[in-house]
Amino acid sequence: MKVGVIGLQGDVEEHLTALEKCGAEPVWIRSVAELEQVDAFIIPGGESTTIGKLMWESGMSKVVKKKVAEEKFPVWGTCAGMILVASRGDVQVKRTGQRLLGLMDAEVDRNAFGRQRESFEVELNVAGIKRFNAVFIRAPAFERVGKSCKVLAKFDGKIVAAEQGSVLATAFHPELTDDLRLHEYFLANAKR
Amino acid sequence: MAKVRIGTQRLKEGFAKMVKHVVIMDVTSAKQARIAEKAGAVAVMALHLVPADIRATGGVARMPDPKVVKHIMKAVTIPVMAKCRIGHFAEAQVLETLGVDMIDESEVLTPADEESHIDKHRFKIPFVCGARDLGEALRRIDEGAAMIRTKGEAGTGNVVEAVRHMKCMNRQIAELVRIKNKENRLQDAANAYRVPIELVKKTAELGRLPVVNFAAGGIATPADASLMMQLGADGVFVGSGIFKSTQPERFARAIVRATRHYDKPEEVAKASEGLGDAMKGRSIDSLSADERMQERGR
Repeated sequence: MKVGVIGLQGDVEEHLTALEKCGAEPVWIRSVAELEQVDAFIIPGGESTTIGKLMWESGMSKVVKKKVAEEKFPVWGTCAGMILVASRGDVQVKRTGQRLLGLMDAEVDRNAFGRQRESFEVELNVAGIKRFNAVFIRAPAFERVGKSCKVLAKFDGKIVAAEQGSVLATAFHPELTDDLRLHEYFLANAKR
Repeated sequence: MAKVRIGTQRLKEGFAKMVKHVVIMDVTSAKQARIAEKAGAVAVMALHLVPADIRATGGVARMPDPKVVKHIMKAVTIPVMAKCRIGHFAEAQVLETLGVDMIDESEVLTPADEESHIDKHRFKIPFVCGARDLGEALRRIDEGAAMIRTKGEAGTGNVVEAVRHMKCMNRQIAELVRIKNKENRLQDAANAYRVPIELVKKTAELGRLPVVNFAAGGIATPADASLMMQLGADGVFVGSGIFKSTQPERFARAIVRATRHYDKPEEVAKASEGLGDAMKGRSIDSLSADERMQERGR
C-alpha cells in the first residue's frame, strides 16, 4: 500500500521511516499529482499555519477534501495535522484567519497545553491500543466533538486522539517514538 | 494520573524536527515578526539588532530586551526563538523564564565565556548552536544542543562560509560512514572531535547529524536558500537578508518559496524575479580577524 506524507513542512521523514518499518510504501508528497497516486496519507507535525498555507497554495487542500468526502480516503493528522483536519477553531485560529480542512466534526484549541516549555511526555490510555508513550509538543487538543466523532484518548480533560470515518487525529507524535502501534492501527483501517 | 515528563531530550529534539523544511527569520520587533509570519516563516528569531547592524554599530552585542521578546511572543502564533551570548547561562535563564520556545547560543553576539559553552542539559527548553565542522557540531550536541546550524558568516550577505561549513560537515560525516565498522578508527575520530564514541557511532549509522541541521550565516537571496537546501540543510535561517533588503515582505515570501521548491529551478527563478536589491553584502576578505564571528566559540 502506498501511503503519502504531506511533505511541505515539519517532521516528514520521521513518518516516512515509521511507515516503512510497518511494511507500507512511503511517499513524500509535495504536489497534487503525487497526492493522486497514494492510497492513504498523513499530515505530519509542524507549524499548522505554514503547512495549511502551503496546502491551500498548492491546491492540495481541495483535493484532500474531495477525496475524503467522495472516496472515504484514509487521512491521519498528527499535532499540526490534527489542527488542520478540524472544522472549527479557537480564538487564535479565528484571529489569524487560519483555514481548516473540516474533515472532522471537531473544535480545536490550537495551543491547548502552552509553549515549548510546557511540552511533555506521558503514558496515555488510547482506545484499542492501551498504554502509549505520547509526546506532546506545543500540542493542540479538541475542545468539543460532534456525535459522529469517536474519542480515543483524553488527557487533562481534553480530547487528544479521535477518529471519524476514515479520518484519524492525534495531538501527540507517535512518529517521534519507536512504538509503531498507531501507524499499524492507521494502516489496518486504511486497508479495509 | 500518569507521570508527566517535561524538558526531555526527545521533546527538545522533537521541537526542532517540527520546524524542518522552511525558513526561520531574524526579527527585531513585533512588526517585523508579523511580516515574517505572514510570509510563511515557521518561526522567528528575536534579537536586538540584525547581524549586519551589529557589525555596523560595534560594541558588545547582548540578548534582546525582554520587553521586545514579550511583544514578539504576543504578536505571532508561530514559535519564537531568541539569541543569547555563548556561555552566558544567565541570559539563557532569562530567556527561558520569558517562555521563548528555543534559545540560539550564538556567535553573532559577543561571547561571554571563552572557555565553555552553556550546559544545555540543565534547561527545559531546547537550544540551537552554530558549527563550522563536525567536531563543533558534535561537541554542541554533547552539551545538549537539540539543533545545529552552520555558522556561516552572519551579516555579510555572503553565502560562501555557510557553504564551506555545510560541505565540511558532509565530508566528515561521509568519512565516518566509511569507517563505521572499524571500532578503533571511530575511537580515533571521537578523540579528535573530543566527544563520546557513542555520538560518533550514532552519526556514522545515521549518515547524518543526529539532530536537525539548518543553514545559516550569509543567506541573502532565494537562490542562496535553494543552494543550501541542495547541500543537505533541513531548513534555513535568514538574518539580515530580509529586513536589509529594499522590499522585506516580498523578499521574505520569495525566500520561503525558494526553500520549499529548492530543487525546482523554475520556481526559484520565479521567486527571484523583480525583487529589487538584496542586501549589499561584504566579501569575507574585507573582514578583519576580530570581525569574523565564526571564530567565536569552538
